[in-house]
Amino acid sequence: MNIGNIKRDFPIFENNDISYLDSAATSQKPKCVIDCIKNFYKNTNANAHRGAYGLSLQSSALLSNARHKVAKFLNAKYDEEIIFTKNSTEALNLIAQSYGNLAIKKGDEIVLSILEHHSMIVPFQNLAKHKSAELKFLYLDKNYQINEKEIEDKITSKTKIVGISTVSNALGIITDYQKIIDKAHSVGAVVVVDASQSIAHVPFDVKKTDADFVIFSAHKMYGPLGVGVLYGKKQLLEKMPPFLMGGDMIEYVYEDNTTFAPLPNKFEAGTMDVASISALEVAISYIESIGYENIEKVENELKIYLYQRLKNLPYIELYCSDDLQKQTGLVSFNVKGVHPHDVASILDMQGVCVRAGNHCAQPLLRWLGVNSTVRASVGIYNTKADIDRLILALEKVYQTFKKYI
Amino acid sequence: MNDLSEFYTDIIMEHSANSHNRHELFDETCSAHGHNPNCGDDITLHILYDGDKIKDLSFTGSGCAISQSSTSIMIDLLKGKSKAEANALIDLFVDMIDRKPLSNEQQKMLKEAMAFQNIQNMPARVKCALLAWKTLKQKIDE
Repeated sequence: MNIGNIKRDFPIFENNDISYLDSAATSQKPKCVIDCIKNFYKNTNANAHRGAYGLSLQSSALLSNARHKVAKFLNAKYDEEIIFTKNSTEALNLIAQSYGNLAIKKGDEIVLSILEHHSMIVPFQNLAKHKSAELKFLYLDKNYQINEKEIEDKITSKTKIVGISTVSNALGIITDYQKIIDKAHSVGAVVVVDASQSIAHVPFDVKKTDADFVIFSAHKMYGPLGVGVLYGKKQLLEKMPPFLMGGDMIEYVYEDNTTFAPLPNKFEAGTMDVASISALEVAISYIESIGYENIEKVENELKIYLYQRLKNLPYIELYCSDDLQKQTGLVSFNVKGVHPHDVASILDMQGVCVRAGNHCAQPLLRWLGVNSTVRASVGIYNTKADIDRLILALEKVYQTFKKYI
Repeated sequence: MNDLSEFYTDIIMEHSANSHNRHELFDETCSAHGHNPNCGDDITLHILYDGDKIKDLSFTGSGCAISQSSTSIMIDLLKGKSKAEANALIDLFVDMIDRKPLSNEQQKMLKEAMAFQNIQNMPARVKCALLAWKTLKQKIDE
């Protein structure tokens, strides 16, 4: 397949001379996704589930078509196991507040990995505090892996919820989430999988993995901003109380009481962003049209090239596993003696977009003893030329600072 | 594309890498903590008052070259000043960052702090340049 052709699917690169290496923060959007949103407002706009007229019915159909598409994409058994939220964060808050309130009692344990994003840590930390439950963390070994002993020691009969990312957003580490799911299930705990950093790169099968909850954001998988996906097993979602109250999530409302709609509406209060949800469906079709195998092939080459080039620079410190099989095309590093924000600003002046900071993973960076890092991450539109540009720009950082390091 | 040397000048680099103001003050009257949560700049100003006068001032902490050098340059400028004089210079610095026109006289008053006059061309770093100044002003006004 022709990599150059993929870049042409993304109009942003026609309008900006940049090497975009921040797909882990948000991916760029292909023309088909942008067109979907434009066409919705030009041709179909109406409030789903509200009107008896044609456009509203079309809008409702778009919503249910998208739900069906996401269900198939994840290999879910029922469409109503798919709940649309505004992002991954909202999906995790929904799980922590609704399922967490139901399942967690005083003295119970919640286990998260130290790799987790704040969006996983903060809602479950808050839940643990309110319930007088204990929050425990799975830490990494020297090779940045959560090893078997750690899993065996931390996940016990007291564990009720386990939260794990498929891939660390700060370090690009691929976790052994299947082992964690299996162990959690053996002690009767429910597992929340954050697939936000993997869903654009490798498929996720809810049946095969037997994950209880899976969350991700549309905007990291070539879809629009403003849509998150929550998959939950039907029997769990059915017994969970609603998260947000209001329109369209009800059955009957009296002055003093309300009964709630069945799934999935119970968890989708208020007007949904049908344009963006529909555009997520298009983004999934776009991924399928390229094929995960091709995506993996392209990104694997980029990954190897990125690590090789960085490893050859003596002034770079890398935070990664020695085993590249355990890493994605996301690399965290520092220019020794230079603050990551200075690095990012100097890269920006040369048209290279990277992230610098603590990547919403303060506990992880504190545990590693690092204040912040520079993070470069690839998507399907990147080429080796983008990485060459990064390397040249890093050389400029070094030349600017070397006198003072 | 902006010119790198416009921001990462020798003054800024020298103050950031080898600041003589980076140390604790064992006889400090009080300290003030400033933090930019989004980027991680984290500084503590150590202040020794003699009546109304800032008799001594130093800092500890970490952050980018812009935040660290701005802190050090501010200390050079404000050490020995009265609270009112310090506040007036802080206001002047903020005006300069906001690109309000300054007279030659005012520019001279800011001395090395004029090194940040074009920081608006690097919008992501404006809050880094302002951190120490805002932290000190808040403490003085307490």
